[in-house]
Amino acid sequence: MLNFLTNTRGKNQLSLSDVATYLYLLLGTLLMFGPIIWLVMSSFKDRTELLRFPPRFLPYQQESVTVPGYDDPLQMFTVTFEDGTTRELAQVRRVGIEAQMIDPAQPDEIIKVNINQRQPVESVAFSLENYTNGVTRFNFWLYLGNSVVVTVAATALTLLVNSMAAFALSKYQFRGRETIFGVTIGTLMVPISVILIPVYLVITEIGWNNNLIGVIVPGAATPTGVFLLRQYMLTIPDELLDSARIDGASEWRIYLQIILPLARPALAVLTIFSVMWRWNDFLWPLIVLSRTELFTLQVGLNSFQGDLQTQWELILAMTVLTLLPITIVFAFLQRFITSGIATTGMK
Amino acid sequence: MIKQKKIISADILATPLRMLYDALVSVMDFIMHPIQNRVGVRGMAYIFVLPNLLIFGIFILFPMILNFYYAFTGGPRLFPQDRPFVGMDNLNRLFTCQDFLVPNSCREDLFWRAATNTITFVILQVALLVLVSLMTALILNRNIRARGFFRSVFFYPVLLSPVVVALIWKWILQQDGVLNALIVSLGGDKLPFLISADWARFWVIIISVWAQMGFYTLILLAGLQSIPGELYEAASMDGAGAVQAFRAITIPLLMPTMLVVLVLSLIRAVQAFDQVFAFTGGGPGTATTYMVQYIYTTGFANQTREFGLAAAASLVMASVLLLLTVGQLRLGRTSNLA
Amino acid sequence: MKKALFFVVVMGLLTSIMPALAQDAVELRITWYSDGNEGEVLRGLLDEFEAANPDIKVVVDEVDYANGIQQLLPVQVEAGEGPDMARVTNFDAFKGKYLDLRPLVADAAYWDASFPAAALAALYNADDTDQIYGFPNQFTVTGPFINRTLFEQAGIEVPSDMNDAVTWEEWTAVAQQVAEATGTPYAISMDRSGHRFAGPAFSEGATFFNEDGTITMDTPGFRLMAEIFMGWHTAGITPADVWIGAGGTYNAAAPYFINGQLVMYMSGSWQIAAFARDIGDAFDWEAVPNPTGPGGSTGMPGGTYMVAFGDTEYPAEVARVMDFLASVDALKAFTEKTLFLPAHLGLGELTYETDNAAAAAALNVFVSEVPKLSDQAYELQFGGQAFAINNPVRDRLTQVLTGELTLDEAMVQLQQDVDDALAAQ
Repeated sequence: MLNFLTNTRGKNQLSLSDVATYLYLLLGTLLMFGPIIWLVMSSFKDRTELLRFPPRFLPYQQESVTVPGYDDPLQMFTVTFEDGTTRELAQVRRVGIEAQMIDPAQPDEIIKVNINQRQPVESVAFSLENYTNGVTRFNFWLYLGNSVVVTVAATALTLLVNSMAAFALSKYQFRGRETIFGVTIGTLMVPISVILIPVYLVITEIGWNNNLIGVIVPGAATPTGVFLLRQYMLTIPDELLDSARIDGASEWRIYLQIILPLARPALAVLTIFSVMWRWNDFLWPLIVLSRTELFTLQVGLNSFQGDLQTQWELILAMTVLTLLPITIVFAFLQRFITSGIATTGMK
Repeated sequence: MIKQKKIISADILATPLRMLYDALVSVMDFIMHPIQNRVGVRGMAYIFVLPNLLIFGIFILFPMILNFYYAFTGGPRLFPQDRPFVGMDNLNRLFTCQDFLVPNSCREDLFWRAATNTITFVILQVALLVLVSLMTALILNRNIRARGFFRSVFFYPVLLSPVVVALIWKWILQQDGVLNALIVSLGGDKLPFLISADWARFWVIIISVWAQMGFYTLILLAGLQSIPGELYEAASMDGAGAVQAFRAITIPLLMPTMLVVLVLSLIRAVQAFDQVFAFTGGGPGTATTYMVQYIYTTGFANQTREFGLAAAASLVMASVLLLLTVGQLRLGRTSNLA
Repeated sequence: MKKALFFVVVMGLLTSIMPALAQDAVELRITWYSDGNEGEVLRGLLDEFEAANPDIKVVVDEVDYANGIQQLLPVQVEAGEGPDMARVTNFDAFKGKYLDLRPLVADAAYWDASFPAAALAALYNADDTDQIYGFPNQFTVTGPFINRTLFEQAGIEVPSDMNDAVTWEEWTAVAQQVAEATGTPYAISMDRSGHRFAGPAFSEGATFFNEDGTITMDTPGFRLMAEIFMGWHTAGITPADVWIGAGGTYNAAAPYFINGQLVMYMSGSWQIAAFARDIGDAFDWEAVPNPTGPGGSTGMPGGTYMVAFGDTEYPAEVARVMDFLASVDALKAFTEKTLFLPAHLGLGELTYETDNAAAAAALNVFVSEVPKLSDQAYELQFGGQAFAINNPVRDRLTQVLTGELTLDEAMVQLQQDVDDALAAQ
């Protein structure tokens, strides 16, 4: 049990500690994915099923039959009679606590039963209605496009300006360096929601309201990114730079061809951070972008939340849709993302 | 062996990209070289910090200074020039207390509740988060099958938006949710997950750990893998036990990574807002109302948008954070990182 | 590589951001939120409008209520970046920013005749006299619903069938009996909202507004209703999730009622469309008159406004859109399709688009509740302090339920909250 603390690799037999390891991993998988699977399952449920207590894992729908003589399909129930026999009957109407039912095979004979004697006949049915309804009310492709533009452009800009600043702060001696770094660090912990109004005023003065640039640029100079990259670049030996300078490389070339490639692991971490922040950002885009054609996915998604009612079935289905692109990207790049950080090592 | 292959295939793929990149470097160099000739090597440092500094100055620093000004003004108006100067009124209002240890005795009782809630949340959340991440990283660092798969499994929730995380868990934990349904079917009684203050605080911590641990696990795993295996071999040849090796090698060599993890997780814990707000709304009562939520609702959500009071509160919060950051930096200095 | 991508994206951005070249039609913006289908209904009406007025194009920007409408829209409007028109509930937040439509609309007399003067005056600044800033496009009344089928199963008479004046104490006791007899988990509940609590409190004799213009929260009537309400929680006959399980937000108990797990549910007329759709034939539900107490029998009025903002570049075109949306035809269609109560005095006979008898009956019950609304209730809703009072009531009462405050402490803090809010205005 103790040797898992140090063990890196090498053993072949399955020991007790291995069993514990796999148990931990299995439990972890369950905990990590369980809630997400629950979300996906819920997105296929219709409204009534969604509100049902206690909830069920699979989406169910009540079965119904079309009986000649009745315009609408009739819902099916299993009825338990006093003598203990059960029959599957279709309900014609319910009056108070009495239900009038018929056997679909003999539609002429009305059978009256107490509503407590019937149980709905249900079957598993994945309802796509939430998705189709959602997409008609929710301009998915437009919002997706805006989200992608914002995320990609903002991440690229963040990586560029943060890495440039981090390079200067880690590899040069210049006046004001300590001050700049100090101020950056000092603002590390202040969340944007706290200075939302002043930033909004600045944007308004510049005239970037209802402009994707107003969403992309303000968050680009992340103190976290500068801090992260600077810490990493400090570990790159100065001798590499000096020898490049002797070979006549310009500072710009050193930055692009030595520093950036060597800082790849840290850049990968910042990329993930930035993509997550931007893709999931809600409050800032909401205040800057008030026009539908500029909405990002998160802004559009939240518009299903009204004052007195929230359309959960649509929110769930559209949430699953907004998760899809990022999941697909992750599935393709997960090897790169996770092993990029992991095998190269964050020093 | 397998690793070797991966790198090669990645290189083949990367060649055209690399050529493109090289071309770009040359183009940029063509522009930047004359600049360097003018300003000198030292001067280039300013060129490098400039873009970040501009964005930072305009969109973070200047708004913060504006916020500072707001803290000493009153009224509901938005533009600074329309706001009357009220001096220390807002700060005084925050600090009007009969007894600072009893939030109920304060004029702005919510501010003090939020402050104490935030402190306990930050301490417990960061501790649990680091512990779980480290544990998972150690396990993933073992010689296991399908490591890549498990790595991704733990990482996936990191991708979810805070609001989605909150939504998912709210459904699971509500009084008639799945978890209580499970407990009842096993013969237990329903537990007041979102109704009792202590349970709600507990779950707020758990779901934020759930949503973030994958990221820190990866960083820690990277740190673990950068520790040379020979060190352990040497240690075991010297007769050191597993625990000894862990204490003598793993912990000290992991310290720099640990510090990054601590700083990052601390930042996020202090800023905790949207996820908690969507999850509990700050309740039950005010049990999970944290500082940022207090500031946000004071400034926005209330009928009378008291920007001044909100700004004053954020000023107090920022001062405390600054002290904390300076302290961390000191800590970083001693461990040779900053 | 990333840089190349960046340039591509920037180029793409620049082209996408450039304003569309000279358009013939004037484009107007409405910021809107939806509880149900009203966004679609509005869009349908605007399509008609655009067909008849090819020189105007109206775009509806639909956002979420809590952040988009309540919190950020006032900031946007104040910064001069607001839309031309919007659907709002917190109309006090925009005072001084509205566009006076009186000189612009085709027939101002129609507006005066169609909407109650008090409803138009709710949007006024202190020195306004007869401006037209917008119109109420939805009217709501709060009141309770019951699950009649559960009463029948329990064999207990519905009190309001026999008696016109039933108190909250009686309803609570009866609902509890029904829940026990039928094995229903919860007897009685109310949405988490100060607005919902206000009607019952007024009925129990609470008064907020004094004749000298001051506000007093702590009255015996308020405490009486607070204690009845706290009693539901100590007796465990109400789903605690609704009030305690939600923090600083509104929360509805509707899912419990729709599931047949709740005997009596204090909510309001806006639930009708949702109940008609979600309960279907599962049980018989109906609206019952607001319970009676020493202060009478009152619910709370409520609703939303369609307003126009003064910063618009195209006041004349805005007025044409507003004229259309406020017309009898448009408002009638809007009301009938959304199952809202009309806020217009002359819509005549409405034929709601529902074949649900329960929904039609419930709409009638709420319509007959309107004349019973008390002056205090109107004052709270339209006097300019609605949110300043309702939100603290909600949050402080919750703190009492969780034990953070005693009722006495809560009353002190509540008065302080309201005073602070008034002072800040």
